[in-house]
Amino acid sequence: MTTALFYILGIILLAATLMCITRRNPVHAVIYLVAGFFALALMFYLLGAPLVAAWEVIVYAGAIMVLFLFIIMMLGLAPQEVPEGPGWQRWLPLALLSASLMACTLLLILEDPAAGQKVGGFYLAPQALGEALFGRYAMAVEMVSFQLLFATIGAYLLGRPLPKGEDQ
Amino acid sequence: MMIPFGHALAFAAALFILGLTCVLLRRQILMILIGVEIMLNAASLVFVAASAYWRQVDGQVFVILLMAITAAEVAVALAMVVYLWRRKRTLVADEFNGMHG
Repeated sequence: MTTALFYILGIILLAATLMCITRRNPVHAVIYLVAGFFALALMFYLLGAPLVAAWEVIVYAGAIMVLFLFIIMMLGLAPQEVPEGPGWQRWLPLALLSASLMACTLLLILEDPAAGQKVGGFYLAPQALGEALFGRYAMAVEMVSFQLLFATIGAYLLGRPLPKGEDQ
Repeated sequence: MMIPFGHALAFAAALFILGLTCVLLRRQILMILIGVEIMLNAASLVFVAASAYWRQVDGQVFVILLMAITAAEVAVALAMVVYLWRRKRTLVADEFNGMHG
């Protein structure tokens, strides 16, 4: 039952992502991506990561994607981006490149002896994750917190008003 | 739930390549950033699947660190998007072809 659910969620994820990357309107793209992230969060849950699944919804779909929506609305972006010239000349090489990359990756995955082994039946309680995060990986958490601080300062510096004459 | 490890890896690979296609194909800077997000999520899926495969906690810890780093990256990148919009009133990446200084 849950095995079938995993494949259904994977197909939903890939379909939503495909819709996302082909939309002209950035708002539609972000909404499709949020739908895909919900499916991805459920896949995380099925793979035994309930806390990561919750954070995927809260942080990715809830905070980061809403930040994208906020910027789109703040700038008032119109769905423009009209392709110049014949469209297929633009995306056909990329489609071939992506298809060949995908084929090579799938071949590599199939070659690997670990690929056939079953995964599942694993459930990591949030308490164990928290103990690892703040025990063995405490230094990494500190470094990431510093990185968030630097990013805040960088965003502030980039967002300050432009000097006179540089703004159009 | 029991699935082959390779199927989870295949889903992640497909997701990563969709994100890579988005980065290479789209010219709007916001869509390029969305492609980067898709690729980071594919990496998260590999980490979680590997965590379930080896029955270790480390993969999930990495995903949580990855989410924090992504939040930092998105904050700076969207500030840059706002800056570029103020400079040229457009977000098409081809328009930013000049250097100043």
